[in-house]
Amino acid sequence: MRAERRTAALLAVTLGLVACTTSPPLRGTGDLGVVVERAEGSILIVDTTENRAIGRVEGLGDLSHASVVFSRDGRYAFVFGRDGGLSKVDLLTGGIAGRIVQAGNSIGGAISQDGRIVAVANYEPGGVRFFRSDDLSPIAEVPSTYGADGARSKVVGIEEIADNRFVFALYDADAIWTVGLEDGADPAVKRFAGVGKLPYDALLTPDGHYYIAGLFGEDGLVVLDLWDANAAPRRILDGYGKGEEPLPVYKMPHLEGWSVAGDRLYLPAIGRHELLVVDRATFAEVDRIPVHSQPVFAIARPDVRQVWVNFAHPDNDVIQVIDVPSGEIVKDLRPGPGVLHMEFTPKGEAVWISVRDANRIDIVDTDTFETVGSIEAEAPSGIFFTARANRLGY
Amino acid sequence: MPAASWVDRVALGLAIWSLAGSAAAAEPSAERQDELIHLLRHDCGSCHGLTLKGGLGPSLLPDALGDQPAESLVAIILDGVPGRPMPPWRGLLVEDEVVWLVGRLQEGIGDAR
Repeated sequence: MRAERRTAALLAVTLGLVACTTSPPLRGTGDLGVVVERAEGSILIVDTTENRAIGRVEGLGDLSHASVVFSRDGRYAFVFGRDGGLSKVDLLTGGIAGRIVQAGNSIGGAISQDGRIVAVANYEPGGVRFFRSDDLSPIAEVPSTYGADGARSKVVGIEEIADNRFVFALYDADAIWTVGLEDGADPAVKRFAGVGKLPYDALLTPDGHYYIAGLFGEDGLVVLDLWDANAAPRRILDGYGKGEEPLPVYKMPHLEGWSVAGDRLYLPAIGRHELLVVDRATFAEVDRIPVHSQPVFAIARPDVRQVWVNFAHPDNDVIQVIDVPSGEIVKDLRPGPGVLHMEFTPKGEAVWISVRDANRIDIVDTDTFETVGSIEAEAPSGIFFTARANRLGY
Repeated sequence: MPAASWVDRVALGLAIWSLAGSAAAAEPSAERQDELIHLLRHDCGSCHGLTLKGGLGPSLLPDALGDQPAESLVAIILDGVPGRPMPPWRGLLVEDEVVWLVGRLQEGIGDAR
């Protein structure tokens, strides 16, 4: 008892000392986020209340196409690099709390429902690797082996789902797999083959009910009902191009930002300059909205009143805003060359826009469309705010 | 006007030959070269990786390109690959620019950004 008290007292003194010397001031992380500076292998830590960068973390490797998920306490960002690097960044100290290079070439990852497992989707060697979120030690690997000759597919569109499982698509194998990890047991893999040609990215509906993958090789999409253990993936929106020759796609759409607004989904068509509007219950097309060029992201404001759309090269200097109730485009913005990503503040009063070739982040009021702030960043790409920590499929 | 001497004819021929030669290998201006490298890293890079070592699309590093003839690489860039995500760049890039880009890819452009 006495020893415990002495330890406690010692701890208090130590904590006090640390507080006096090195530890950052007490603050929450709910209004923080990160901006990927992809050419420099660094990220900016940003504050969405003060509209400024509060730190830069370097040495994160090749961050082309990097993505980020957050620990459930919102303190740590897990940064997935193209070069297979997985870095755990402490938003409060600006330090790197852990870093491994776990594969040769990877695309992104997810964090489990319980926050304990980080999964990374790899292109080379193809498959998914799982790590403990506390110390990044390896837990398991699921190689994406398919066919008779043991080839491994590139893995895309990984998301965490209920029951602490993950779901992902196999680009080269035309498949969707789910994986469950029980302590000490081999990963339980469920495989769905023949879902459609070249699934290239996917999204989870915000309720975690449906996983929807885009198909590059076919005129349609595929949906998996995650609530029904016996469900097979089914095709939706078959023939949305209706036999027309698709237009060239100079950047693949991203499906993570697919918007679910009320009873409708807003999806970027591929090879057409349109958003598809889809009934959420039946997955039937109810409308399509002609837009400026090939859409890349179509992202709903958190209250889903608006959908913001950016575009592929060479039309990537433009953003269009769609008013959901009317279905009309209510605003054209030209932030500058190389608009790569948009991220809403947690309740959506502002959106942050990365303008790669201007080396700038613009902060735009979503009501007035005025630019209310601007932050210098080196070739910024993805923007990720900690509000993602508490959402499935982000 | 006397008939041109054979020397003149040869000189004229050489002039035409060298013009044709320079047209076939017309290098983009220095400014355009910078734009092309930027495009290569950032826009081609969205599928092939910022360092060109591959992503959803294959690696474009010299080792990976191997001994594929330049003409077929030029054709792939200009016309795309049917059924695959590689789009045709004809209309955004002219042939001389693509020939120049393929040359840079085959020799390797290092880590210059």
